[in-house]
Amino acid sequence: MYDVVVVGAGVTGAFIARELSKYRLSILVIDKESDVAMGTSKANSAIVHAGYDAVPGTLKALLNIRGNKMMKRISEELDVSFKMTGSLVVCFSKDGIFELEELKIRGFKNGVEDLEIIGADRLREMEPNISPNAVVALYAPSAGIICPYELTLHAMENAVENGAELKLECELSGISYDREVFRLETTKGVIECRYLVNAAGLYSDTVAEMAGDHSFRINPRKGEYVLLDKIYGSFVNRVIFQLPTDKGKGVLVTPTVDGNLLVGPNAEDIDDKTDTSTTSRGLSEVINVARLSVPSLDTRGIITSFAGLRATGSTGDFIIGPSPVNNKLIHAAGIESPGLTAAPAIGEMVADVLKKNGLKLEDKPDYCPYIEKYTPSRKMSESQWNEAVKKDPAHGRIVCRCEKITEADIVASIRRTIGARNVDAVKRRTRAGMGRCQGGFCSPRVVEILSKELGIPFEEVTKSGGKSVFLLKKTK
Amino acid sequence: MPEKRNLICINCPVGCLIEVTLDGDTINSIKGYQCKRGLEYARAECTNPVRTVTSTVRVKDGILPVAPVKTEKPIPKRLIRDCMKEINRCCVQAPVKIGDVIVENLLGTGVNIVATGNVPEAHGKNGS
Amino acid sequence: MKEVDLVVIGGGPAGMAAAVKAKEKGVQDVLILERENSLGGILNQCIHNGFGLHYFGEELTGLEYAARFIDKVHRMNIPYCLETMVLNIGSDKTVTAVNSTEGVFTIKAKSIILAMGCRERTRGALNIPGTRPSGIYTAGTAQKYVNIYGYMPGKSVVILGSGDIGLIMARRLTLEGAEVKMVCELLPYSSGLTRNIVQCLDDYNIPLKLNHTVVAVHGKERLEGVTVAEVDQNRKPIPETAEFVPCDTLLLSVGLIPENELSRDAGIELDPVTSGPVVDARMETSVEGIFACGNVAHVHDLVDNVSNESELAGESAAEYILGINVPDRSETIVVKAGNGIRYTVPQLIRKQSLSRDTVKIFFRVADVYRNVRLAARCGNNILVERKRIKVTPGEMETLELKSQALREINAGEELVIELRTDGEGH
Repeated sequence: MYDVVVVGAGVTGAFIARELSKYRLSILVIDKESDVAMGTSKANSAIVHAGYDAVPGTLKALLNIRGNKMMKRISEELDVSFKMTGSLVVCFSKDGIFELEELKIRGFKNGVEDLEIIGADRLREMEPNISPNAVVALYAPSAGIICPYELTLHAMENAVENGAELKLECELSGISYDREVFRLETTKGVIECRYLVNAAGLYSDTVAEMAGDHSFRINPRKGEYVLLDKIYGSFVNRVIFQLPTDKGKGVLVTPTVDGNLLVGPNAEDIDDKTDTSTTSRGLSEVINVARLSVPSLDTRGIITSFAGLRATGSTGDFIIGPSPVNNKLIHAAGIESPGLTAAPAIGEMVADVLKKNGLKLEDKPDYCPYIEKYTPSRKMSESQWNEAVKKDPAHGRIVCRCEKITEADIVASIRRTIGARNVDAVKRRTRAGMGRCQGGFCSPRVVEILSKELGIPFEEVTKSGGKSVFLLKKTK
Repeated sequence: MPEKRNLICINCPVGCLIEVTLDGDTINSIKGYQCKRGLEYARAECTNPVRTVTSTVRVKDGILPVAPVKTEKPIPKRLIRDCMKEINRCCVQAPVKIGDVIVENLLGTGVNIVATGNVPEAHGKNGS
Repeated sequence: MKEVDLVVIGGGPAGMAAAVKAKEKGVQDVLILERENSLGGILNQCIHNGFGLHYFGEELTGLEYAARFIDKVHRMNIPYCLETMVLNIGSDKTVTAVNSTEGVFTIKAKSIILAMGCRERTRGALNIPGTRPSGIYTAGTAQKYVNIYGYMPGKSVVILGSGDIGLIMARRLTLEGAEVKMVCELLPYSSGLTRNIVQCLDDYNIPLKLNHTVVAVHGKERLEGVTVAEVDQNRKPIPETAEFVPCDTLLLSVGLIPENELSRDAGIELDPVTSGPVVDARMETSVEGIFACGNVAHVHDLVDNVSNESELAGESAAEYILGINVPDRSETIVVKAGNGIRYTVPQLIRKQSLSRDTVKIFFRVADVYRNVRLAARCGNNILVERKRIKVTPGEMETLELKSQALREINAGEELVIELRTDGEGH
């Protein structure tokens, strides 16, 4: 019997669990996938928004601002790369200045004080590659970029290190409630708890329905992206937006924390919550729209593309609060943009909601907000690296040549608190396979290392769990 | 029954299109070659096509699980499938050296299957 | 900081040939740095034959060809470091590398030979839409699984790209029991050697679909199939021809890209067409004392040419180190890829540095041509002309020019390599 079960190990569930792990509670996080951050949390724009876009008075606005202010401290505690690059909303006609003024006012109402409208000269000075058609822009110095799956993983690991439990490949199929106890039917057996938190992303409406709550719907909205080689990484210095539409913040061009250039997303409402395929039309759209901001985008620089699904809630805002059918079921649903930025603040709010609905929050004196820092071999100084090699020769064997990832880094990614169990999980933790050759050189070695570390034959190593095996059988 | 066969000669980058008319095993005419090598190739391809087969065999206790092998000389094309069956049956003990005979007199052709790569013995077979 | 006369980066066929030749020509202090756990480079996974017809006059498998050079390296006592990755090259010829015994170390070299080879173009670079399941490999990676690790990637295969690696793998997988359903080629012609079309596809009745490409990938966890479509003259897919082909494996053989990250870091000038360093007729790059050879300079079809080119680089590096034939770098003739020619290597000739009697210019044509003359021309003067019945981009060509004739060309003039069709009088 747990005090709290959190359904969903995305960035929302991770921060809720982390927040709750500050208190003397028995906490379990469950997720149907083979790793954390397998839904929207690994396929998004990776932006920490300044907070001018959200409508004042909404939870989106409130939690965006709070989350943004927390992010520097969080990134230090959780050893996550975070760069406050600033952002620009760029307009191609002088009329755009009215919409930018509106955003500025909105931002001010939300508590974003340092917004500035800048003209073409200053814009070009800041961003030499911006389109000559760009005439005016809104500059937000407090926007930034982060690695969303690193943030999710480290937050969840911190929660686990502080006593929370995590059960992956655990899919919820039914909820019943009797005598103040939730009874959860899952693929890993029956789980009981006193409070239930619904952070199930795209499926949070399904989870709500299992409990008899039909108060909202989640509609998947697909966004496609292309990622460019690191030689284009400093094409722009800040996150470059265009004017937002009713479907979202639009196609952006941004550097990533690792030095690539990310372009996207478009916005397409779809029906299938499992459809993360990219489309020829979507990829063209993304590139063409992005070229309005940065005309010299070279498609020869594309190294990969992907798509993510936004969990767009039917209410238009985040859905955070007790369920109308049961106040011990707390929703943290409809977490689309600015969900990533808001996540740490959502964690705090959910803890507060739980408290207001009867959960006793007793401080845990030995709670430690800091995650153990892991320094990858390539980021060490030469003398540190040499010391590391002396202690463990695996630091001297480079597996991913494109990103300079060593065997030690890969083994560490498998052995850490929430260790990688497949090739994509290794990739998200180490970057092995994210370079120019996209795993052509390193993936057989990664398969070999996983096989050895997990004690499974080569044929059982998967790309991302389930049936995604690489190899069929031995040749003879 | 006369039969027409079209071949591309592989001897040089030109790749002449050669047309051979056959009656059973007898060649009636060869057209389209531009040099002697083409003529010989077309003749051989129609009467007794041969191929060198390259593959790998399983290795026991080696630093690699397989060793590359080849037929020392080209063998009749029709024997390729059976040749593969022979190769798949083998399991060779390491060390393997280039030139080691893996299968002697493959299917009575007089041609051996030999190793084309070295596979040294693995140290500490007990997993060290 | 260690000091070494000649550092060779890469212990594949290019690096080995260069190192051996340099030592033969008098450089005592040579060191090869190789990232894999053995010498041989890509040849270690090339179990097929077709190597050495020109260089050794014999038909060898890739491994046998490599073994000949590995023997030479051993007999000549050339030291090499395995499982050693070069991290950086400075324009001052310092080489920083890492391995598990020495950690990170830096070497000050008098001369460097770049022999890093190339990598494969990926699905991401082609931007093929669809899902991202397992079961998609570049042909070389699949080759590594089959030939070195001993595993089959799948059982029903579609291959995109008719380059030699794709053709070789079509046969390899078929002989190991997989069903290779088709090879799709975007262009109207194959970029592979004719002998491979015959011996890898025709022999096994594997269809070659020219003017076709893969337009979508399907399958949630493991590949379930691809959508294949015909393309028009602009290489754009024709939607009405789209066809779903069930398969569990997609092999991509869609191009090789010379690996010049290190060259770029060292400030070496790269040719955007070859993606390799701009080199002169001695295989020297834009940085004095740094030479390049093999696939890192431009993608080769025949390893025999790699060996010859690399020996030239080794010889040139030896001359540089020993102070023989130090070229006047100012007297340069630009080699231009003229009509019908995609690129040439070398891209320039330093007139005063030619120590051999002849200079070989390697080049590729831009399309398939029949009944043409390949010519090297300076102004109105045709230095060399050769007739060809057929030339194709997939088979590299050479023209050999007399060094004496080149010395007579004025510095700053252009040497044009071009295709001349009948009717072009001069």
